[in-house]
Amino acid sequence: MANVNIKINGMAVSAPEGSTILEAAKIAGIDIPTLCFLKDINEIGACRMCVVEVKGARSLVAACVYPINEGMEVFTNTPKVLDSRKKTLQLILSTHDRKCLSCVRSGNCELQKLCRDLKVDDEHLYDGERIEYEIDNSAAHMYRDNNKCVLCRRCSAVCDKIQGVGVIGANERGFKTNLSSAFEMGLGETSCVSCGQCIAVCPTGAISEKDNTNEVFAAIADPEKVVLVQTAPAVRAGLGEAFGYPIGTNVEGKMVAALRRLGFDKVFDTNFSADLTIMEEATEFLDRFSNGGVLPLITSCSPGWVKYCEHYFPDMTENLSSCKSPQQMFGAIAKSYYAEKMGIDPKSIVMVSIMPCTAKKFEIGRDDEGRDGMADVDIALTVRELSRMIERAGLNFSALPDEEFDDPLGIYTGAGVIFGATGGVMEAALRTAVYKLTGDEAGPVDFTEVRGVEGIKEATYNVNGTEVKVAVASGLKNAKELLTKVKNGEANYHFIEIMGCPGGCVNGGGQPQVHASIRNFTDIRAIRAKALYDIDAASKLRKSHENPAIKELYETYLGEPGSHKAHELLHTTYVKRGLYN
Amino acid sequence: MYRSHVLVCGGTGCTSSGSEEIIQALQAEIDKNGLTSEVSVVKTGCHGLCALGPIMIVYPEASFYSMVKVEDIPEIVSEHLLKGRVVTRLLYNETVTEDGMKSLSDTAFYKKQHRIALRNCGVINPENIDEYIGTDGYQALGKVLTEMTPDEVIQVVLDSGLRGRGGAGFPTGRKWQMARNFVQDGGQKYVCCNADEGDPGAFMDRSVLEGDPHVVLEAMTIAGYAIGASQGYIYVRAEYPIAVERLRIAIGQAREYGLLGNNIFGTDFSFDIDLRLGAGAFVCGEETALMTSIEGNRGEPRPRPPFPAVKGLFARPTILNNVETYANIPQIILHGANWFASMGTEKSKGTKVFALGGKINNTGLVEIPMGTTLREVIEEIGGGIPDGKKFKAAQTGGPSGGCIPAEHYDVPIDYDNLLAIGSMMGSGGLIVMDEDNCMVDIAKFFLEFTVDESCGKCTPCRVGTKRMYEMLDKITKGQATLEDLDKLEELCYYIKENALCGLGQTAPNPVLSTLRYFRDEYVAHVVEKRCPAGVCKALLSYTIDADKCKGCTLCARNCPANAITGAVKEPHVIDQSKCIKCGACMEKCRFSAISKK
Repeated sequence: MANVNIKINGMAVSAPEGSTILEAAKIAGIDIPTLCFLKDINEIGACRMCVVEVKGARSLVAACVYPINEGMEVFTNTPKVLDSRKKTLQLILSTHDRKCLSCVRSGNCELQKLCRDLKVDDEHLYDGERIEYEIDNSAAHMYRDNNKCVLCRRCSAVCDKIQGVGVIGANERGFKTNLSSAFEMGLGETSCVSCGQCIAVCPTGAISEKDNTNEVFAAIADPEKVVLVQTAPAVRAGLGEAFGYPIGTNVEGKMVAALRRLGFDKVFDTNFSADLTIMEEATEFLDRFSNGGVLPLITSCSPGWVKYCEHYFPDMTENLSSCKSPQQMFGAIAKSYYAEKMGIDPKSIVMVSIMPCTAKKFEIGRDDEGRDGMADVDIALTVRELSRMIERAGLNFSALPDEEFDDPLGIYTGAGVIFGATGGVMEAALRTAVYKLTGDEAGPVDFTEVRGVEGIKEATYNVNGTEVKVAVASGLKNAKELLTKVKNGEANYHFIEIMGCPGGCVNGGGQPQVHASIRNFTDIRAIRAKALYDIDAASKLRKSHENPAIKELYETYLGEPGSHKAHELLHTTYVKRGLYN
Repeated sequence: MYRSHVLVCGGTGCTSSGSEEIIQALQAEIDKNGLTSEVSVVKTGCHGLCALGPIMIVYPEASFYSMVKVEDIPEIVSEHLLKGRVVTRLLYNETVTEDGMKSLSDTAFYKKQHRIALRNCGVINPENIDEYIGTDGYQALGKVLTEMTPDEVIQVVLDSGLRGRGGAGFPTGRKWQMARNFVQDGGQKYVCCNADEGDPGAFMDRSVLEGDPHVVLEAMTIAGYAIGASQGYIYVRAEYPIAVERLRIAIGQAREYGLLGNNIFGTDFSFDIDLRLGAGAFVCGEETALMTSIEGNRGEPRPRPPFPAVKGLFARPTILNNVETYANIPQIILHGANWFASMGTEKSKGTKVFALGGKINNTGLVEIPMGTTLREVIEEIGGGIPDGKKFKAAQTGGPSGGCIPAEHYDVPIDYDNLLAIGSMMGSGGLIVMDEDNCMVDIAKFFLEFTVDESCGKCTPCRVGTKRMYEMLDKITKGQATLEDLDKLEELCYYIKENALCGLGQTAPNPVLSTLRYFRDEYVAHVVEKRCPAGVCKALLSYTIDADKCKGCTLCARNCPANAITGAVKEPHVIDQSKCIKCGACMEKCRFSAISKK
């Protein structure tokens, strides 16, 4: 593509044709501040933080959406520009609940950072009427506090354009404009799928997960309780960011050390139950594949996706794998096999999970999870909540030693860890399914066709002369596109992996929030995913069925994959919700 | 053949003053008198003199009856229609002369008008396509499709100098040219009509739609041919039920006549038009918001570029013109660019329709050549200001415009002159203010409108205009300081520079223009805590002059707040803490003993 030559603050800059002023300025080493802008998601030029002067233009223009053209002269730092940005912030502040000291985003708030960068010296300048909004905590996983909303609309854009859900949007108009659901319904009453992508992109504390950290601290302090913790694959690739590590740093060892120092009795890994999921799901797939079952089989690890399927594709719930998610399988095994093995009363176990996900908070309360009056998992925390616990406990994260998970539920293969990236479940399943079909221990390990951040991927594999057609989608808008094709008969697959969040769990709604100023220029999905694939590549065992702890579990307790006992503990059912239930 | 035609206005103004009932009564009376085959009743669009409605014109005499009542019908039928005697007492008094009647076009209201856009309004039956065809309707379309290339059409529009009548005055031909030149992929293009008229007090588009709907259809079809589009949309507000109904009828008739649809005039050009009703948001008059609304989304503006001519409706090249702009097109095609360009000023050609309102005798619609002065419009056409009050300012351009003070009374009205004096053409609302109007209060009125109608997308408009309103409110309550005034002015300039769309960018204009010309009034409110025009209630107090008060008790009895006390035949007193400043006492007092200051 041809380059366009412009001048920014008098300096010559050359940028690809079609670039915005924001992008050209980035090339020139100038970060123009933004607030509402999310590349490819929310390009609406609404907040006016990024205004710049363009020679000859009638008014200031929004750099985030204004295309450059040959010979353009841009000024990013004139007194008029700086004063305008400051006034914009002051106007936003006049409607903002300025309880920064007690805000969950304090220190990590984009609005706060902008105010500091632009030297807002009088946050009361435009004080006037403020509308008091009620907090919406009707959903299982999150709350919305419109008193802190800056109306950037990043949440509604991601909900609509990326997830195809669209349960939040602007209501009212003018000064009364607010982001909420249709007819001011509580989010819990809508067909929100709990994915938490809105939380991940919110620049302030207006949207956040429900905080369950106090319950965890209380359980740990209770001498009657045995508090177990499991950490999802993608957590180790995200947690470090909360402590200043570069995006995509694997902090597994320090995470384990931190959890141990927080007082958990045992520190286990969801990677273990990811391997277990593969044993069950690969078996289920081969059974359906060979015996004329409902195909395509669609994975069920992602509770955001499962809820989406129940709301938006209720006629396809039969396609969902009956396997519980790895989180739930882990809890079920911990409170049965592990409890028996260790001689612990399962009722005294508090099962805590650390998840890159908010839908996990919804999932633990689903019907047909748990048994004998016990939930499989008692408390699901996001990565952000864990980081807050570590801060609160005063643990110096970077100074912690690297430690290892406890046995036996901390043993995993490379197949388990790549569950955290889109395509990972498919690849892990293929590794085991191909082995089961061919019996060849030296069979393929790398199925690179299903890797990468593209929204929809497809591949066909020839296994023992049989074609197996697979597809992988992440992000629910992509899932919708893929399933619509399947429903209309335009595409035909045997096995589909769907993850609710774009890029999979590495970009889950429970991961540390990354400021838009970084997101807009970095693909955090790919960088975090690389950390997981690196672990996989370095693993001695890379196929789930090779996991010795899994082998022992089947040999001593479950019998065969898909056995009656396995079904009782590890499988579940779904609800045909429809749009309005 | 009828020997007489009775034209009754069926526009919104006259309809609301009862013209429907008059038409029914008239037809019944005509039938009763056996005149059914001799006299035809025609329901027309608006004549412009809305203050005098319901209006009835009887041809061939062209007698202009105003403020007609149902009770007057038998007399009009028996005297005028049966016996041929004009009922002088019901005539518009301007048309009555000592020796009979003068033509309507010789009255002060019509004399300086030049009706191009309003050509057929009040003249034809808008629900009958034959009447439109009878006045050269669809001739321009025929000429365009059979004799002209699209480029020639655009050249004529360019040469005519026609500029957008919706407010900003962008050259129409250039807009068409941009859309025509976009041929990247040969896909769909759209022609849209902005009939979402929303400025307070402006109703010229409604008048054209109600009185001459086919002119819009014809012009849009011409535009479709010029840019290479096959689909048009008219975005009309749902609050204009008569206009919507007549457009529906007109589209149906045009399709029936083959003037819309496939292979128009036997050519290979096909074009159709559909209506989209607006739900009443002012911002949907902004072009990108309008298109967003047609697409089925919340009507909010989007950043430009890309401009609609490149990426408009459904992300396709689109032109959007206002109703009045379209209403000029067929005449320009028929009479040529030079004819049109011979009217008006150097950079503003043709005529402009204004809706006269406020403190003016002839409230209504007028169409005047560009370059007419404000004085001519108000003093001559508008019949001056009632009760001999003094002209103070005229507000043009609605919430985006400004106030023009007396010092600019003789400025020729055109796009550039209005901009230079801090106002703008806008869609053509012209509200006249006299000495009893407080300019701070006027600015506050327009700001209240803007605050209410802001879409809420961008920060400067959503929060900024609200804060402006609050500052103005403080000023009118005498609670502001001079620092507040500076803060207000700074905020105005900030919003102009920073708002996302034209509506936000122009929202401060009513404040800036009044600050420019009437700063002393602001200062009086702030420093002296006084409203010079006596409008701002918080700054007023009513007092009773004990010397003049006769103790008649009338004021006390009429006070809704029981704020006035006093014994019979003794001077009364107003309790300022109870007084709600409604002015009822002053109105009732027969001895001029009560004053406000």
